[in-house]
Amino acid sequence: MLSLTPEEWTAVALSLRVATVATLISLPFGIAVAWVLARKNFHGKALLNAFIYLPLVLPPVVTGYLLLIAFGRRGIFGEALASVGIVLSFRWTGAVLACAIMSFPLLVGAIRLSIEAVDRKLEDAAATLGANRRWTVFTVTLPLALPGIIAGAVLAFARALGEFGATITFVSNIPGETQTISAAIYTLTQVPGGDAQALKLVGIAVAISLLALILSEWFGRRAGARVHGV
Amino acid sequence: MISIDIDKKLGDFTLSAAFEGDSGVTALFGPSGSGKTSIVSMIAGLTKPDRGRIIIDGETVFDSNAGIDEPAYRRRIGYVFQDGRLFPHLSVARNLDYGRWMTGIERDQAQFKRVTELLDIAPLVKRRPGALSGGERQRVALGRALLMRPRLMLLDEPMASLDAKRKSEILPYFVRLRDETKLPMIYVSHDASEVKALASRVVLLDGGRVLKQGGVELL
Repeated sequence: MLSLTPEEWTAVALSLRVATVATLISLPFGIAVAWVLARKNFHGKALLNAFIYLPLVLPPVVTGYLLLIAFGRRGIFGEALASVGIVLSFRWTGAVLACAIMSFPLLVGAIRLSIEAVDRKLEDAAATLGANRRWTVFTVTLPLALPGIIAGAVLAFARALGEFGATITFVSNIPGETQTISAAIYTLTQVPGGDAQALKLVGIAVAISLLALILSEWFGRRAGARVHGV
Repeated sequence: MISIDIDKKLGDFTLSAAFEGDSGVTALFGPSGSGKTSIVSMIAGLTKPDRGRIIIDGETVFDSNAGIDEPAYRRRIGYVFQDGRLFPHLSVARNLDYGRWMTGIERDQAQFKRVTELLDIAPLVKRRPGALSGGERQRVALGRALLMRPRLMLLDEPMASLDAKRKSEILPYFVRLRDETKLPMIYVSHDASEVKALASRVVLLDGGRVLKQGGVELL
Protein backbone atom coordinates (compact mmCIF):
# COMPACT_ATOMS: atom_id res chain seq x y z
CA MET A 1 0.00 0.00 0.00
CA LEU A 2 2.76 2.41 0.93
CA SER A 3 5.06 1.36 -1.88
CA LEU A 4 3.89 4.15 -4.14
CA THR A 5 6.41 5.85 -6.37
CA PRO A 6 7.09 9.58 -5.79
CA GLU A 7 5.12 10.32 -8.97
CA GLU A 8 2.11 8.52 -7.56
CA TRP A 9 2.33 10.36 -4.25
CA THR A 10 2.51 13.56 -6.25
CA ALA A 11 -0.69 12.55 -8.04
CA VAL A 12 -2.45 11.88 -4.72
CA ALA A 13 -1.29 15.19 -3.23
CA LEU A 14 -2.26 17.06 -6.39
CA SER A 15 -5.74 15.50 -6.39
CA LEU A 16 -6.29 16.55 -2.79
CA ARG A 17 -5.03 20.06 -3.50
CA VAL A 18 -7.14 20.47 -6.64
CA ALA A 19 -10.30 19.13 -4.99
CA THR A 20 -9.82 21.25 -1.84
CA VAL A 21 -9.13 24.47 -3.71
CA ALA A 22 -11.98 23.83 -6.18
CA THR A 23 -14.42 23.25 -3.30
CA LEU A 24 -13.32 26.29 -1.30
CA ILE A 25 -13.45 28.62 -4.30
CA SER A 26 -16.84 27.42 -5.54
CA LEU A 27 -18.48 27.40 -2.08
CA PRO A 28 -19.31 31.14 -1.84
CA PHE A 29 -20.63 31.15 -5.42
CA GLY A 30 -22.56 27.95 -4.74
CA ILE A 31 -24.21 29.45 -1.66
CA ALA A 32 -25.11 32.64 -3.54
CA VAL A 33 -26.58 30.80 -6.54
CA ALA A 34 -28.44 28.33 -4.31
CA TRP A 35 -29.93 31.21 -2.32
CA VAL A 36 -31.06 32.99 -5.48
CA LEU A 37 -32.63 29.78 -6.86
CA ALA A 38 -34.31 28.99 -3.53
CA ARG A 39 -35.64 32.41 -2.65
CA LYS A 40 -35.99 34.56 -5.77
CA ASN A 41 -38.41 34.50 -8.65
CA PHE A 42 -37.31 36.15 -11.84
CA HIS A 43 -37.46 35.77 -15.58
CA GLY A 44 -34.89 33.30 -16.80
CA LYS A 45 -34.73 31.39 -13.52
CA ALA A 46 -35.43 28.11 -15.34
CA LEU A 47 -32.65 28.96 -17.79
CA LEU A 48 -30.16 29.71 -15.02
CA ASN A 49 -31.13 26.47 -13.32
CA ALA A 50 -30.63 24.48 -16.52
CA PHE A 51 -27.29 26.19 -17.15
CA ILE A 52 -26.02 25.30 -13.65
CA TYR A 53 -27.00 21.65 -14.11
CA LEU A 54 -25.54 21.42 -17.62
CA PRO A 55 -22.16 19.96 -16.57
CA LEU A 56 -24.01 17.11 -14.88
CA VAL A 57 -25.63 15.95 -18.13
CA LEU A 58 -23.11 17.01 -20.77
CA PRO A 59 -20.39 14.50 -21.63
CA PRO A 60 -17.40 15.64 -19.51
CA VAL A 61 -15.25 15.77 -22.63
CA VAL A 62 -17.61 18.40 -24.05
CA THR A 63 -17.31 20.54 -20.92
CA GLY A 64 -13.53 20.14 -21.05
CA TYR A 65 -13.41 21.11 -24.70
CA LEU A 66 -15.59 24.18 -24.10
CA LEU A 67 -13.23 25.18 -21.29
CA LEU A 68 -10.30 24.76 -23.63
CA ILE A 69 -11.96 27.02 -26.20
CA ALA A 70 -12.85 29.65 -23.60
CA PHE A 71 -9.88 29.50 -21.24
CA GLY A 72 -7.11 28.13 -23.46
CA ARG A 73 -4.17 30.42 -24.17
CA ARG A 74 -5.93 31.79 -27.24
CA GLY A 75 -9.39 31.44 -25.76
CA ILE A 76 -11.83 34.31 -25.30
CA PHE A 77 -11.19 34.59 -21.57
CA GLY A 78 -7.85 32.79 -21.61
CA GLU A 79 -6.08 35.54 -23.46
CA ALA A 80 -7.39 38.25 -21.14
CA LEU A 81 -6.50 36.22 -18.05
CA ALA A 82 -3.03 35.44 -19.43
CA SER A 83 -2.39 39.16 -19.85
CA VAL A 84 -2.84 39.60 -16.09
CA GLY A 85 -0.64 36.60 -15.36
CA ILE A 86 -3.29 33.90 -14.84
CA VAL A 87 -2.75 30.90 -17.04
CA LEU A 88 -5.18 28.02 -16.73
CA SER A 89 -4.51 25.75 -19.67
CA PHE A 90 -2.24 22.80 -18.88
CA ARG A 91 -1.79 24.03 -15.31
CA TRP A 92 -3.15 22.65 -12.04
CA THR A 93 -5.20 25.83 -11.71
CA GLY A 94 -7.03 24.76 -14.87
CA ALA A 95 -7.78 21.43 -13.20
CA VAL A 96 -9.27 23.43 -10.31
CA LEU A 97 -11.57 25.30 -12.72
CA ALA A 98 -12.65 22.09 -14.45
CA CYS A 99 -13.34 20.35 -11.13
CA ALA A 100 -15.19 23.37 -9.72
CA ILE A 101 -17.49 23.51 -12.75
CA MET A 102 -18.11 19.78 -12.80
CA SER A 103 -19.00 19.62 -9.10
CA PHE A 104 -20.98 22.89 -9.03
CA PRO A 105 -24.40 21.28 -9.73
CA LEU A 106 -24.02 18.93 -6.76
CA LEU A 107 -22.93 21.79 -4.52
CA VAL A 108 -25.81 24.05 -5.55
CA GLY A 109 -28.37 21.23 -5.40
CA ALA A 110 -27.59 20.26 -1.82
CA ILE A 111 -27.40 23.84 -0.53
CA ARG A 112 -30.55 24.88 -2.35
CA LEU A 113 -32.55 22.06 -0.74
CA SER A 114 -31.33 23.03 2.69
CA ILE A 115 -32.14 26.72 2.18
CA GLU A 116 -35.62 25.82 0.93
CA ALA A 117 -36.10 23.79 4.11
CA VAL A 118 -35.42 26.81 6.36
CA ASP A 119 -38.68 27.97 7.93
CA ARG A 120 -39.41 31.40 6.47
CA LYS A 121 -41.41 32.24 9.56
CA LEU A 122 -38.09 32.48 11.39
CA GLU A 123 -36.93 35.01 8.80
CA ASP A 124 -40.12 37.01 9.44
CA ALA A 125 -39.37 36.89 13.16
CA ALA A 126 -35.87 38.23 12.47
CA ALA A 127 -37.35 41.11 10.45
CA THR A 128 -39.64 42.13 13.32
CA LEU A 129 -36.55 42.18 15.54
CA GLY A 130 -34.85 44.72 13.30
CA ALA A 131 -32.80 42.50 10.99
CA ASN A 132 -32.70 43.65 7.37
CA ARG A 133 -32.64 41.11 4.53
CA ARG A 134 -28.88 40.72 4.46
CA TRP A 135 -28.49 40.25 8.20
CA THR A 136 -31.37 37.79 8.19
CA VAL A 137 -29.54 35.68 5.62
CA PHE A 138 -26.30 35.68 7.58
CA THR A 139 -27.72 35.23 11.08
CA VAL A 140 -30.72 32.98 10.42
CA THR A 141 -30.96 31.42 6.95
CA LEU A 142 -27.38 30.29 6.39
CA PRO A 143 -26.72 29.03 9.94
CA LEU A 144 -29.89 26.96 9.72
CA ALA A 145 -28.85 25.66 6.29
CA LEU A 146 -25.39 24.70 7.57
CA PRO A 147 -25.90 20.91 7.53
CA GLY A 148 -26.82 21.10 3.84
CA ILE A 149 -23.92 23.43 3.10
CA ILE A 150 -21.50 20.94 4.65
CA ALA A 151 -23.07 18.02 2.82
CA GLY A 152 -22.89 19.93 -0.47
CA ALA A 153 -19.25 20.87 0.07
CA VAL A 154 -18.24 17.28 0.79
CA LEU A 155 -20.19 15.99 -2.16
CA ALA A 156 -18.49 18.58 -4.37
CA PHE A 157 -15.09 17.64 -2.94
CA ALA A 158 -15.67 13.95 -3.65
CA ARG A 159 -16.87 14.75 -7.17
CA ALA A 160 -13.85 16.98 -7.78
CA LEU A 161 -11.55 14.24 -6.55
CA GLY A 162 -12.94 11.82 -9.11
CA GLU A 163 -13.12 14.27 -12.00
CA PHE A 164 -11.45 12.90 -15.10
CA GLY A 165 -13.01 13.69 -18.47
CA ALA A 166 -13.22 17.46 -18.38
CA THR A 167 -9.87 17.79 -16.62
CA ILE A 168 -7.88 15.62 -19.02
CA THR A 169 -9.49 17.35 -22.02
CA PHE A 170 -8.79 20.84 -20.71
CA VAL A 171 -5.41 20.52 -18.99
CA SER A 172 -4.16 17.14 -20.26
CA ASN A 173 -2.29 14.59 -18.15
CA ILE A 174 1.03 16.10 -17.11
CA PRO A 175 2.76 14.34 -14.20
CA GLY A 176 3.39 16.77 -11.36
CA GLU A 177 1.18 19.51 -12.88
CA THR A 178 -2.19 18.13 -13.92
CA GLN A 179 -1.95 14.38 -13.36
CA THR A 180 -4.52 13.64 -10.64
CA ILE A 181 -5.24 10.18 -9.18
CA SER A 182 -7.79 9.46 -11.91
CA ALA A 183 -5.40 10.46 -14.67
CA ALA A 184 -2.57 8.46 -13.09
CA ILE A 185 -4.78 5.37 -12.91
CA TYR A 186 -5.75 5.86 -16.53
CA THR A 187 -2.09 6.13 -17.53
CA LEU A 188 -1.14 2.98 -15.57
CA THR A 189 -3.91 0.95 -17.17
CA GLN A 190 -2.48 1.88 -20.57
CA VAL A 191 0.98 0.43 -19.88
CA PRO A 192 1.76 -3.30 -19.67
CA GLY A 193 2.25 -4.45 -16.07
CA GLY A 194 0.74 -1.30 -14.60
CA ASP A 195 -2.21 -3.10 -13.03
CA ALA A 196 -0.70 -3.57 -9.58
CA GLN A 197 0.22 0.11 -9.28
CA ALA A 198 -3.18 1.13 -10.64
CA LEU A 199 -4.90 -1.01 -8.01
CA LYS A 200 -2.99 0.74 -5.22
CA LEU A 201 -4.19 4.11 -6.47
CA VAL A 202 -7.70 2.72 -6.78
CA GLY A 203 -7.48 1.69 -3.11
CA ILE A 204 -6.39 5.19 -2.15
CA ALA A 205 -9.20 6.78 -4.17
CA VAL A 206 -11.76 4.52 -2.47
CA ALA A 207 -10.29 5.29 0.98
CA ILE A 208 -10.32 9.06 0.48
CA SER A 209 -13.87 9.04 -0.89
CA LEU A 210 -15.14 6.86 1.96
CA LEU A 211 -13.45 9.07 4.52
CA ALA A 212 -15.02 12.17 2.93
CA LEU A 213 -18.49 10.61 3.04
CA ILE A 214 -18.09 9.49 6.66
CA LEU A 215 -16.82 12.93 7.69
CA SER A 216 -19.72 14.59 5.88
CA GLU A 217 -22.20 12.35 7.69
CA TRP A 218 -20.56 13.16 11.03
CA PHE A 219 -20.30 16.92 10.46
CA GLY A 220 -23.81 16.98 9.05
CA ARG A 221 -25.21 15.23 12.11
CA ARG A 222 -23.32 17.53 14.47
CA ALA A 223 -24.43 20.62 12.61
CA GLY A 224 -27.99 19.30 12.55
CA ALA A 225 -27.91 18.80 16.30
CA ARG A 226 -26.56 22.31 16.79
CA VAL A 227 -29.16 23.82 14.54
CA HIS A 228 -32.25 21.99 15.77
CA GLY A 229 -31.06 20.51 18.99
CA VAL A 230 -31.33 21.17 22.66
CA MET B 1 -51.96 55.52 19.79
CA ILE B 2 -52.61 53.32 16.84
CA SER B 3 -54.84 54.05 13.91
CA ILE B 4 -55.50 51.42 11.30
CA ASP B 5 -57.54 51.43 8.12
CA ILE B 6 -56.65 48.65 5.71
CA ASP B 7 -58.05 46.57 2.86
CA LYS B 8 -56.55 43.34 1.67
CA LYS B 9 -57.78 40.60 -0.61
CA LEU B 10 -56.48 37.17 0.35
CA GLY B 11 -57.83 34.65 -2.15
CA ASP B 12 -61.61 34.53 -1.63
CA PHE B 13 -61.34 36.35 1.66
CA THR B 14 -61.61 40.13 1.78
CA LEU B 15 -60.27 41.92 4.79
CA SER B 16 -61.49 45.46 5.35
CA ALA B 17 -60.81 46.81 8.79
CA ALA B 18 -60.57 50.22 10.42
CA PHE B 19 -60.04 50.70 14.13
CA GLU B 20 -58.13 52.64 16.76
CA GLY B 21 -56.01 51.33 19.61
CA ASP B 22 -55.24 53.16 22.84
CA SER B 23 -52.09 53.27 24.94
CA GLY B 24 -53.12 50.16 26.90
CA VAL B 25 -54.02 46.70 25.65
CA THR B 26 -56.28 46.61 22.60
CA ALA B 27 -57.77 43.17 22.00
CA LEU B 28 -58.59 41.94 18.52
CA PHE B 29 -61.31 39.48 19.31
CA GLY B 30 -63.10 37.13 16.94
CA PRO B 31 -63.45 33.56 15.73
CA SER B 32 -60.60 31.92 13.83
CA GLY B 33 -60.64 33.02 10.20
CA SER B 34 -61.90 36.49 11.07
CA GLY B 35 -58.64 38.09 9.89
CA LYS B 36 -56.97 38.82 13.23
CA THR B 37 -53.56 37.39 12.36
CA SER B 38 -53.59 39.01 8.91
CA ILE B 39 -54.18 42.39 10.53
CA VAL B 40 -51.26 42.12 12.96
CA SER B 41 -49.06 40.80 10.17
CA MET B 42 -49.83 43.97 8.19
CA ILE B 43 -49.17 46.18 11.21
CA ALA B 44 -45.78 44.48 11.63
CA GLY B 45 -45.00 45.00 7.93
CA LEU B 46 -44.79 41.30 7.09
CA THR B 47 -47.81 41.47 4.77
CA LYS B 48 -48.57 44.42 2.53
CA PRO B 49 -52.13 45.77 2.52
CA ASP B 50 -53.70 46.47 -0.89
CA ARG B 51 -54.82 49.85 0.29
CA GLY B 52 -54.98 51.95 3.41
CA ARG B 53 -53.07 53.56 6.22
CA ILE B 54 -51.31 52.41 9.39
CA ILE B 55 -50.28 55.06 11.92
CA ILE B 56 -48.33 54.23 15.06
CA ASP B 57 -47.46 56.84 17.65
CA GLY B 58 -48.11 59.59 15.14
CA GLU B 59 -45.79 58.04 12.55
CA THR B 60 -47.27 56.74 9.33
CA VAL B 61 -45.63 53.38 8.63
CA PHE B 62 -47.91 52.54 5.73
CA ASP B 63 -49.95 54.75 3.42
CA SER B 64 -50.87 53.44 -0.01
CA ASN B 65 -51.85 56.92 -1.26
CA ALA B 66 -48.60 58.54 -0.17
CA GLY B 67 -46.53 55.53 -1.26
CA ILE B 68 -45.20 54.95 2.26
CA ASP B 69 -44.29 51.38 3.21
CA GLU B 70 -41.75 51.23 6.01
CA PRO B 71 -40.07 47.78 5.94
CA ALA B 72 -40.73 45.48 8.91
CA TYR B 73 -37.18 45.72 10.21
CA ARG B 74 -37.46 49.50 10.62
CA ARG B 75 -40.90 49.59 12.27
CA ARG B 76 -39.73 48.76 15.81
CA ILE B 77 -42.83 46.74 16.55
CA GLY B 78 -42.44 43.76 18.85
CA TYR B 79 -44.22 40.62 17.66
CA VAL B 80 -44.89 37.53 19.74
CA PHE B 81 -46.07 34.75 17.45
CA GLN B 82 -48.42 31.90 18.30
CA ASP B 83 -45.60 29.43 17.80
CA GLY B 84 -42.85 31.44 19.51
CA ARG B 85 -40.43 31.26 16.60
CA LEU B 86 -37.29 31.27 18.71
CA PHE B 87 -34.14 30.77 16.67
CA PRO B 88 -33.29 27.10 17.23
CA HIS B 89 -29.59 27.55 16.52
CA LEU B 90 -29.09 30.24 19.17
CA SER B 91 -29.09 29.94 22.95
CA VAL B 92 -31.87 31.62 24.93
CA ALA B 93 -29.43 34.42 25.83
CA ARG B 94 -28.57 35.04 22.15
CA ASN B 95 -32.25 34.90 21.23
CA LEU B 96 -33.01 37.54 23.86
CA ASP B 97 -30.13 39.68 22.65
CA TYR B 98 -30.94 39.34 18.93
CA GLY B 99 -33.09 42.46 18.54
CA ARG B 100 -30.63 44.63 20.42
CA TRP B 101 -27.83 43.26 18.23
CA MET B 102 -29.72 43.89 14.97
CA THR B 103 -30.96 47.35 15.87
CA GLY B 104 -27.57 48.42 17.23
CA ILE B 105 -28.91 49.56 20.62
CA GLU B 106 -26.28 49.80 23.38
CA ARG B 107 -25.97 46.71 25.56
CA ASP B 108 -27.94 47.40 28.76
CA GLN B 109 -27.36 44.83 31.50
CA ALA B 110 -29.88 46.47 33.83
CA GLN B 111 -32.63 46.25 31.23
CA PHE B 112 -31.69 42.64 30.42
CA LYS B 113 -31.90 41.79 34.12
CA ARG B 114 -35.21 43.63 34.53
CA VAL B 115 -36.84 41.79 31.62
CA THR B 116 -35.50 38.33 32.48
CA GLU B 117 -36.67 38.80 36.07
CA LEU B 118 -40.06 40.14 35.05
CA LEU B 119 -40.61 36.98 32.99
CA ASP B 120 -38.74 34.57 35.32
CA ILE B 121 -36.50 33.42 32.50
CA ALA B 122 -33.12 34.31 34.02
CA PRO B 123 -32.35 30.64 34.88
CA LEU B 124 -33.00 29.61 31.27
CA VAL B 125 -30.50 31.84 29.46
CA LYS B 126 -27.88 29.16 28.90
CA ARG B 127 -30.34 26.67 27.40
CA ARG B 128 -31.30 26.03 23.80
CA PRO B 129 -34.90 26.70 22.68
CA GLY B 130 -35.31 22.96 22.00
CA ALA B 131 -34.91 22.30 25.73
CA LEU B 132 -37.73 24.65 26.80
CA SER B 133 -41.35 23.88 27.63
CA GLY B 134 -44.09 25.61 25.63
CA GLY B 135 -44.73 28.17 28.37
CA GLU B 136 -41.02 28.92 28.79
CA ARG B 137 -40.64 29.34 25.07
CA GLN B 138 -43.42 31.94 24.92
CA ARG B 139 -41.95 33.86 27.84
CA VAL B 140 -38.56 33.95 26.10
CA ALA B 141 -40.27 35.09 22.88
CA LEU B 142 -41.94 37.87 24.88
CA GLY B 143 -38.62 38.86 26.46
CA ARG B 144 -36.91 38.85 23.07
CA ALA B 145 -39.51 41.24 21.64
CA LEU B 146 -39.36 43.50 24.73
CA LEU B 147 -35.57 43.81 24.68
CA MET B 148 -35.69 45.26 21.18
CA ARG B 149 -37.40 48.30 22.83
CA PRO B 150 -40.51 48.28 20.68
CA ARG B 151 -42.95 51.17 20.59
CA LEU B 152 -45.85 48.75 20.16
CA MET B 153 -46.24 45.09 21.00
CA LEU B 154 -48.22 42.63 18.90
CA LEU B 155 -49.28 39.48 20.72
CA ASP B 156 -50.81 36.98 18.31
CA GLU B 157 -52.62 34.38 20.41
CA PRO B 158 -49.44 33.88 22.41
CA MET B 159 -51.12 31.23 24.55
CA ALA B 160 -52.87 29.30 21.78
CA SER B 161 -50.35 26.47 21.77
CA LEU B 162 -50.51 26.00 25.56
CA ASP B 163 -52.82 23.78 27.59
CA ALA B 164 -55.16 25.27 30.23
CA LYS B 165 -52.68 24.76 33.08
CA ARG B 166 -49.84 26.47 31.24
CA LYS B 167 -52.16 29.28 30.22
CA SER B 168 -53.03 30.03 33.81
CA GLU B 169 -49.30 30.00 34.57
CA ILE B 170 -48.40 32.49 31.89
CA LEU B 171 -51.36 34.90 32.02
CA PRO B 172 -49.96 36.70 35.11
CA TYR B 173 -46.85 37.57 33.11
CA PHE B 174 -48.93 39.42 30.55
CA VAL B 175 -50.70 41.29 33.33
CA ARG B 176 -47.31 42.21 34.82
CA LEU B 177 -46.06 43.27 31.42
CA ARG B 178 -49.09 45.53 30.97
CA ASP B 179 -48.73 47.09 34.41
CA GLU B 180 -44.95 47.46 34.61
CA THR B 181 -44.13 48.62 31.10
CA LYS B 182 -46.29 51.32 29.67
CA LEU B 183 -46.11 49.69 26.28
CA PRO B 184 -49.19 49.81 24.04
CA MET B 185 -50.19 46.33 22.99
CA ILE B 186 -52.43 44.63 20.48
CA TYR B 187 -53.56 41.31 21.81
CA VAL B 188 -55.14 38.80 19.43
CA SER B 189 -57.39 36.20 20.98
CA HIS B 190 -60.59 34.22 20.64
CA ASP B 191 -60.76 33.57 24.37
CA ALA B 192 -63.09 36.01 26.16
CA SER B 193 -61.67 35.34 29.63
CA GLU B 194 -58.12 36.20 28.48
CA VAL B 195 -59.33 39.39 26.88
CA LYS B 196 -61.32 40.42 29.97
CA ALA B 197 -58.26 39.87 32.15
CA LEU B 198 -55.95 41.96 29.98
CA ALA B 199 -57.58 44.38 27.61
CA SER B 200 -58.72 47.95 28.08
CA ARG B 201 -60.19 48.15 24.62
CA VAL B 202 -61.84 45.57 22.40
CA VAL B 203 -62.22 45.37 18.63
CA LEU B 204 -64.72 42.70 17.59
CA LEU B 205 -63.95 41.09 14.25
CA ASP B 206 -65.82 38.68 12.06
CA GLY B 207 -65.39 37.69 8.41
CA GLY B 208 -62.68 40.26 7.86
CA ARG B 209 -64.74 43.19 9.17
CA VAL B 210 -64.91 45.18 12.38
CA LEU B 211 -68.31 44.55 14.00
CA LYS B 212 -67.83 46.84 16.99
CA GLN B 213 -65.14 48.55 18.99
CA GLY B 214 -65.15 49.87 22.55
CA GLY B 215 -64.50 48.81 26.13
CA VAL B 216 -64.37 45.26 27.52
CA GLU B 217 -68.12 45.47 28.28
CA LEU B 218 -68.62 44.54 24.61
CA LEU B 219 -67.84 40.92 25.52
